[in-house]
Amino acid sequence: MYDAPNMERAVTASQTKISAQGVQVHYGDTHAIKDVDVQIEDKTVTAFIGPSGCGKSTFLRCLNRMNDTIDTCRVQGQIRIDGEDIYDKRVDPVQLRAKVGMVFQKPNPFPKSIYDNVAYGPRIHGLAASKAELDHIVETSLRRGAIWDEVKDRLDAPGTGLSGGQQQRLCIARAVATEPEVLLMDEPCSALDPIATAQVEELIDELRKNYSVVIVTHSMQQAARVSQKTAFFHLGNLVEFGDTGKIFTNPEDSRTESYITGRIG
Amino acid sequence: MTDTSANRPGSATSLITPDARTKRRNRAEARFKVYGITAIGIGLLFLVVLLGSITVNGLGAFQQTFVNVPVYLDPAKLDKRGNRNIEEMKKVSTFGYNPLIQQGLLDKAAELGIETPLKKRKQMKAMLSASAAAKVRDFVLANPETLGQTVEFKLLAASRVDGYLKGRVQRKDVARDKNIDAEHLDLTDSLVAAGVVAKTFNLSFITGADASESRAEQAGIGVAMLGSFFMMLVVLVLSLPIGVAASIYLEEFAPKNRWTDLIEVNISNLAAVPSIVFGILGLAVFIQVMHLPQSAPLVGGLVLTLMTLPTIIISTRASLKSVPPSIRDAALGVGASKMQSVFHHVLPLAMPGILTGTIIGLAQALGETAPLLLIGMVGYIATNVPDGIAAGFLDPNSAMPAQIYEWAKRADPAYYERAWGGIIILLVFLLAMNIIAILLRRRFERRW
Repeated sequence: MYDAPNMERAVTASQTKISAQGVQVHYGDTHAIKDVDVQIEDKTVTAFIGPSGCGKSTFLRCLNRMNDTIDTCRVQGQIRIDGEDIYDKRVDPVQLRAKVGMVFQKPNPFPKSIYDNVAYGPRIHGLAASKAELDHIVETSLRRGAIWDEVKDRLDAPGTGLSGGQQQRLCIARAVATEPEVLLMDEPCSALDPIATAQVEELIDELRKNYSVVIVTHSMQQAARVSQKTAFFHLGNLVEFGDTGKIFTNPEDSRTESYITGRIG
Repeated sequence: MTDTSANRPGSATSLITPDARTKRRNRAEARFKVYGITAIGIGLLFLVVLLGSITVNGLGAFQQTFVNVPVYLDPAKLDKRGNRNIEEMKKVSTFGYNPLIQQGLLDKAAELGIETPLKKRKQMKAMLSASAAAKVRDFVLANPETLGQTVEFKLLAASRVDGYLKGRVQRKDVARDKNIDAEHLDLTDSLVAAGVVAKTFNLSFITGADASESRAEQAGIGVAMLGSFFMMLVVLVLSLPIGVAASIYLEEFAPKNRWTDLIEVNISNLAAVPSIVFGILGLAVFIQVMHLPQSAPLVGGLVLTLMTLPTIIISTRASLKSVPPSIRDAALGVGASKMQSVFHHVLPLAMPGILTGTIIGLAQALGETAPLLLIGMVGYIATNVPDGIAAGFLDPNSAMPAQIYEWAKRADPAYYERAWGGIIILLVFLLAMNIIAILLRRRFERRW
């Protein structure tokens, strides 16, 4: 039944960045994701919404194989990025994660200087040939993270000394410094106050020009504000996926409607 | 009014006067605080008593009584042919020197006008250490040109004389002592008054070697200190890399399955194995199977490494575990490999804990005696300081705690004092190591 909107949407192959088919995730005996199919488009913000424990974060972490770090986690099905199966044996997850950046729920800057936080990714991937080039990458990334003006005078100060919202934007700058093609954001604003949230949301809209952004959020208002596509997860199922406007105004599934109107979740 | 009625929810009670239940809870809390303070007080009291008794008993070992004796180096006795040939002079043993030294002391007493019934040279033997003659002989062999002159030597007094000055030997004890008589004590008193006999700081207690049972005054802990130093070097070089590598692998890379669980349980159990078991293992494996030399610091170090490894592994794993997982996620999220995330981010954050654990493990190893008993590192080690250094890891040696044990079991109370003195030195080392641990911790700690 939830296949219907997918079929209706005429998605051309060139637009699809990530395509997931029949994804199943087990944590030990728990069946966390049940047969999820989703197409994520390039240069679009896709929001995953749903009640706690519905599997949206788990699914997000499948997209850059962060679930590999959990011993009991098994992922089945197919996830293709630009047509390549990322769970292929030949794929090195380290390379994948350089291409698919991630921002976490809790701001987690390294306990190093602001400069080193941003420069770390380019350094390990060898993206800068000289100090000047690295300086340039750091500056551009911090500008993209919309935090350059606040930290340009104290790049040597520890990243952990910033406020929560600044830390999260620093983490976003760090994530974009490696020039990823997809940016995954796992509830990036849940630890932030409304002003910092607004700044990050503005930033997400900005990032859409260059990246395909996937954001997991608890806040339906946030999903409505920042995303073009929305996926609603419930109990491990992808219940509905479609244009954000349609999901919020005219959902097809009764569960989506119940959630959006606040009756479940 | 019962408690229950007074505390029924909703009953009208004043906030100004606490009810009976609150008062009881407050009293219980106050009592608990008193228990805690008492426990800390008792602990501190024991610490003070311990440190006090160690200081009182051990400080004496750092002072030693010396006798300034002018000795006439008689060429007729020491170089019978008169040709100053060192090889021939070496044939005169310490027995040839003793009469000269004793005569020197007798003459000195006479010169100072001290009245003493001790008129014979031989009677001076009880005043001087048996090591005195060796010291004079070494001097003469090094400086043969001094023959025929009268040279003033600062010689060790006999251990009884030393004990008398330190209050260890009482006049009432002397009657039963065949080594010394009351007349010697009288003479000592007079010589002290004249400044010939004096107590001074004794550096050779810290740098010297152990001495035989009859010359407590000569014994020092220096060689055992070197033995301990070589052992600690072996322990540090082996246990730090092995321990840290093992814990990083187990904590960060190893799959969590039955085998790693088994290994983990075994490591925890090894930490609780009595150290003497490690000693007998070392005896069986390192000495009997691998034929490494007995009593060598290398073997001691290997045994102590086995003993220290569980401590280091457990503390390293604990400090790796305490690094928040968000840091690992952050590193993996920007595309760092597992190893990069561990070595660039996790390890630096765990460093203070690892260093503290390592130094605590080393301090534990430094104070360990039981395993050394079994591999033969306890005993009288005659090696003098410069001789043993070249092959330090393989030469027989002792260790500080083993030396203390050795002294404590000897009969002469002079050795008892040295055992306490040795404990002071050992504690100074442990204190120094703990201070280093704290400093390193400060240096490496990063604030969040």
